[in-house]
Amino acid sequence: MTPELGQLALILALMLAVAQSVLPLIGAWRGHRALMAVARPAATGQAVFVALAFAILVWAFVHFDFSVQYVAANSNLQLPWYYRIAAVWGAHEGSMLLWVLILNVWTVALALFSRQLPEVFLSRVIAVLGIISVGFLCFILFTSNPFGRLLPMPPDGADLNPVLQDPGMTFHPPVLYMGYVGFSVAFAFSIAALLGGSMEQAWVRWARPWTNAAWGFLSCGIVAGSWWAYAELGWGGWWFWDPVENASFMPWLVGVALIHAQAVTEKRGSLRAWTILLSLFAFSLSLLGTFLVRSGILTSVHAFASDPRRGTFILCFLAVVVGGSLLLYALRAPKVAGGKAFALVSRESAILIGNLMFTVAAAMVLLGTLFPLLGDAFNLGKISVGPPYFGLLFPLLMLPVVVLLPFGPYLRWGKSDTPMLKQVLVRAGVAALACAVVSMVFVQGQLKAIAGVASAVWVGVGVVLYLVKRWREMPRGRRYPAEMAGMLLAHLGVAVFLIGVLLSESLSVTRDVRLSPGQVAVVGGYEFRFDGVTQAQGPNWVAEQGVVTVTHNGSPVAVMHPQKRTYSHEQVQTQSSIDPGISRDLYVALGEPMDPQHVEGAWALRLYTKPFVRWIWGGGLFMMLGGFVSAGDRRFRVKREAEQAQTVSSTLQESRA
Amino acid sequence: MTRLVPFFGFALLAVLLGFGIWWNSAHDPTAVPSPLINKPAPAYVLPKLDDPARMVSKESMLGKPYLVNVFASWCFACGEEHPVLMAESKSFGIPVIGYDYKDDPNDAKTWLTQHGNPYDTVIADQSGHTAIDFGVYGAPETFLIDGKGVIRYKRIGPLTPDVIEQQLKPAIEALQKEAP
Repeated sequence: MTPELGQLALILALMLAVAQSVLPLIGAWRGHRALMAVARPAATGQAVFVALAFAILVWAFVHFDFSVQYVAANSNLQLPWYYRIAAVWGAHEGSMLLWVLILNVWTVALALFSRQLPEVFLSRVIAVLGIISVGFLCFILFTSNPFGRLLPMPPDGADLNPVLQDPGMTFHPPVLYMGYVGFSVAFAFSIAALLGGSMEQAWVRWARPWTNAAWGFLSCGIVAGSWWAYAELGWGGWWFWDPVENASFMPWLVGVALIHAQAVTEKRGSLRAWTILLSLFAFSLSLLGTFLVRSGILTSVHAFASDPRRGTFILCFLAVVVGGSLLLYALRAPKVAGGKAFALVSRESAILIGNLMFTVAAAMVLLGTLFPLLGDAFNLGKISVGPPYFGLLFPLLMLPVVVLLPFGPYLRWGKSDTPMLKQVLVRAGVAALACAVVSMVFVQGQLKAIAGVASAVWVGVGVVLYLVKRWREMPRGRRYPAEMAGMLLAHLGVAVFLIGVLLSESLSVTRDVRLSPGQVAVVGGYEFRFDGVTQAQGPNWVAEQGVVTVTHNGSPVAVMHPQKRTYSHEQVQTQSSIDPGISRDLYVALGEPMDPQHVEGAWALRLYTKPFVRWIWGGGLFMMLGGFVSAGDRRFRVKREAEQAQTVSSTLQESRA
Repeated sequence: MTRLVPFFGFALLAVLLGFGIWWNSAHDPTAVPSPLINKPAPAYVLPKLDDPARMVSKESMLGKPYLVNVFASWCFACGEEHPVLMAESKSFGIPVIGYDYKDDPNDAKTWLTQHGNPYDTVIADQSGHTAIDFGVYGAPETFLIDGKGVIRYKRIGPLTPDVIEQQLKPAIEALQKEAP
């Protein structure tokens, strides 16, 4: 009975979502307060029913209700409870439900924490979020029902894809969706601003913490996904420019641009139309990402079930939402460039250059991702572009960003004086050069690694110099407001990330070896001794588990246990063993036995040493932290009421610098 | 006008994505065009399943088009394909050669006795070496070879009534029109 209740809850949620999207819009248009007042309760009610539906699906998984087709397809009796819960979003139907649930979490959070917003504005924002929810609830109900029954009920289910049975995978999708869906708030703010025709800077300030938080979540989700690919897929790589990865990376890139553009618009009033456009782009790319992943029009290692009906539905939805919002932009975007003028050497210019780079990078990724489609369309045969394309263009586009980054905080709004910049240029430049020269000794003249050290020092020293400057010049308590602290953290994250990428890419050593028990292979100065294979067992798998003892110059470093697991439905999954470290990772993947009849004999093994690879995710986590910290700035909350009074009293621009 | 640029950009993108959906429903997105199409079939000499002393070779088959269907008794999808072949193989109008792939001859014979034999001749490639020359990914696969020994059509995966009507039969008809 309960699955039908879940279905019913979704239908009720859909009806409330319709009410949430239509009535407040009419109310805001006609100035009807009672209709506007529908927004909050409708949103809350919808959230309750969506949460109920989600809880019922979780319940079905926890209690092995294999009469539900989705449960039977993605879990079985041996699957431990934590993976049964993760299995809720392990396939298409459930992950769409998670999408809607998270959209509701954001909507309710917005309704709760934005009581100071003008009622007309807030009801429009909530209505726009309601429209998005209507689309996704229809999608679930009409094409992807997670509560469909399977009769007769099978005694046991199939299995959750073993690739997904990993701690990183349990929280990767929810966090990633928090980011994806979080951009819907900035989107809704922009649409509400366009609808209202009021282009005060105030709405940008209200949108900023939401954008920063969403971007923080997205960073975290991407880091988790990258870490999962590294640990689970056994290739030792951390990014593959796979369509599904690109789908999450494009909104992230536009999100970076958006965060900075919003800062400019909020503080100076310039770049308004651009900020609006970027908010539309960020969420559109999130939707597009969902489309690419869910329609199956691009084949990728993330082989999800695809269904042309689903693809068509999302495409129509995409056309309505994105096409509609871009049309609205064309009609209503501010016609006159507002805000204060700025000189060539100014913070605005630097941010604008960065913005262009990030937007072009997102477009480049989009083009590369859709290349196979273009190939089909123009009859060029099966073509796709891979790492050579992205690996060449992306660093080229990011180079100006890295070069400009240290100057960012020093640049003044409007017009900047150059002596200060020269000082930064000299100090950071000298430090970067000196470290590059010293590093040459340690990296065997690898150009990429030297570039990594130099660029990271360049960025890092820039950030630290600014930290020191603030410490000296500002009184205690006003040195590092959260907004600035977040910015510095995220910029420091760039330095950490650069070290990770460039050093691990250039200094990693990989060797495929064949080892008999007792034999030793030397990789990157570490001795890996293979001590044979034993049997291991988990809740729903058995494994052949290798024992590899690692020593460095004779002293023991680690004992590693790479596994080759066979899950309950005969799916085989390698489980690499990783010995993590700040300056290097050791990574062992178990291949095949040389002779399948004699597993106690020689095995093929893949051994890696990966210097500084952990810094890649470290950098990403710094960026995430930066997003969260700056979202928490008191300024975004405290001054709201004053701001509101100002907005109401006059539509003149505020004169804060 | 410039403000309409993003909209038109998106419209183009939407058209491309719509095309992608159409393309994928009309084509098999995982199909890789075989580099062997319109190339001479590899030379092969393989024993007959029921009479290993007698060999079938590419040369011995020249002159008339024929179909090669790769199957194996251990292959699950071949079991699905089998009834389709039983029903349709006579309607092709050309010989159908069964290519028993990496199989124990006794298992294959039992299998054919149990399920019926839709083939005119069955050849056995127990080691699977020749199959490598044909670029066989796995059973079942089907090759259409013309009278000159050139591969004209290839199907990876089971033949279904739809595939036969829409792809295989038109390919055979085209071949027969060519032939003088």
